[in-house]
This record gives sequence, structure tokens and C-alpha cells, in this order.
Amino acid sequence: MKQADFVSLVMPFKDKVFRLAKRLLVSREEAEDATQEILLKLWKNSKKIGDYKNVEAFSMTMTKNFCLDRLKSKQAQNLKIVHSNYTDSNSSLQKQVEAKDSIGWVSKIMEDLPEQQKIIVQLRDIEEYDYAEIAKMLDMNETAIRVNLSRARKTIREKLTNTHQYGIK
Amino acid sequence: MVLNNIEKLIEKYNSAETTLQEEAELKAYFKSNNVAPHLEHYKSMFLFFSESKKEQYTKDVPLNTKKTKLYQWISVAAVAVLMLGFFIPNWNNEPKTLADYTPEEQELYLETKQTLSLISKNLNKGLLGMNALDMTGENLSMGLEKASYITVFGDTTNKLLKN
Repeated sequence: MKQADFVSLVMPFKDKVFRLAKRLLVSREEAEDATQEILLKLWKNSKKIGDYKNVEAFSMTMTKNFCLDRLKSKQAQNLKIVHSNYTDSNSSLQKQVEAKDSIGWVSKIMEDLPEQQKIIVQLRDIEEYDYAEIAKMLDMNETAIRVNLSRARKTIREKLTNTHQYGIK
Repeated sequence: MVLNNIEKLIEKYNSAETTLQEEAELKAYFKSNNVAPHLEHYKSMFLFFSESKKEQYTKDVPLNTKKTKLYQWISVAAVAVLMLGFFIPNWNNEPKTLADYTPEEQELYLETKQTLSLISKNLNKGLLGMNALDMTGENLSMGLEKASYITVFGDTTNKLLKN
């Protein structure tokens, strides 16, 4: 597999990988590193890439596992303080998003969700995969995913309603 | 009518039973500006979902091809060549006797030996001469010692004179 082939294969989903990594790791820098790591891993095994049935689903699973490992590792825990103080100078989009206050609220609410629900909301509501694909990526059955998703949506909805009606009711 | 439909969809959405198409419908509805007031708080959620999808990965990934392996081996080869350089000259270095050389070489060897011995003889003669110098040196230092007595004597006479 040549470099150009690989790039054209990876292009369509590298942003999805990045967004999932960012949802889980919060910091943009960490997410960039994670994405790079994932893409390099894919490139290293590019000879075997033909054997995978669905490269995109495979890489999303890889991303999920990699990010969860990162979160568990000591290094990430040490870095936490730095990240919470971290101000991003070039993420114009993130700033735009958070400038719209209530949208910023949603992203904050999502940070508080358990990892599993975070991943599922990211994959379903943002990346718009169907349930079968998500089930394959996460190695779960569809009912469990629906249950988790409806719980996550309920949490987001309740917290949003609370902030929305804060001081009124 | 539309509102009724949307409310049903939201109910389905909350229990995670909507299809992707229905979700797209919901997203489109909340993107528009005429959202019913009692559904206002959903708006930010759906806006957030569609905003988040715009974020992109902009960093370049260094995809190294496998050329680097050659460079690693260059150092190994250099070391091998260096080691060969050390060992090859030592291969023919077995001890040799005078008889192994040609007569001309033997003659040359003897001649050089003779001249060298002549030089060393002369050197020894020179050394004998040096011995004489050594002796004079010794005598000189003895003289110096005696001279120091004189200075001590001078000191004492000075003291006596002061008194």
C-alpha cells in the first residue's frame, strides 16, 4: 500500500477519530497526539489493512481503547492540572462554540457523563453511526447501547432544563 | 401539526428509538429559528451536536517510509570495517627467524647491527667523559657547603659586633 492510497483511505474518518479522542481526553493537544498515534499504528500495519472488514469501525475501536488507556495511565493523571488551566489559542471553533453560552453548557454536561455514555453519544448523535456499527465498534449489543444512550440523553436533557430554568422555577 | 410530529419524535429520541433519518429531521427543526418555546432547551443540545461535527483534525501525520533502516545498518558496517582494519595486519605476524629472510636482507641486517653497536660504543666513551664532569660537580657542591659556613660565621661576628 502506497502513502497516497493510505491517505485517501484514512481521510474520510480521521476527523471522526480526532473528535472522539477529544470528547474523551478533553484537551485538544492530547487528542491530536492520540489521533497521530492511531494513524501511525494503522500505517505501520498497512500491509494487513486489506484484511479488515471495516477499517473505519476498526479505527474507532482502536481510538476508544487507546483513549481509555490514556485516561487510566499515570501520565494522564499527572497532566490533568495542566489541562484544566490550559487555554487554547488556535481552536477558533471551540471558542466560537463556547461563546454561544448554552452550547458551551452542553459540552460541559457531556464532560461529566461516564466514559461509556460519552462514547455512545459521540458516535450516535455527533458522528451519526447506526446502531449496528456502534455495536460492532464497542463490542456491545444494540439494546445495551440504546439503554446507555437514552440514559445519557436523559442526563443531558435534565441538566439542560435545570440550567435553562435556573432562577425561574 | 409539525409541532405534534416533533414532540413525538422527541419522545422517541429520548428513549433512543429514533432512526438516523428522524434524528436528522430533529436537527433540521432545531436549526431553524421558529422553535416552540417549551422545546427551547433542546435547541442548544442539537446545535451542539451539529457544531461539534465541524471540528477537524488539522495536524500532519509524519508517515515514515522504511528508508531509515538503511541508515541504521551503515553504522554497523562502519564498525565491521574498522574491526577488519585492526585484525588484518595481525594475521601475518608469526615470529620469524633470521633464516627466513633472503641473503641480501640478512646482510643488511648484520650491517645495521654493526653500525648500531659502533654508535653505542662511542656513546659509552662519551659517558666516561661525563663521569669526570660529575666529579667536578660534586666538588663544587662541597665548596658551596663550605662557603655557607662562612656566611654563618659572618652572622655570628655581626651579632658579636652589635653587642
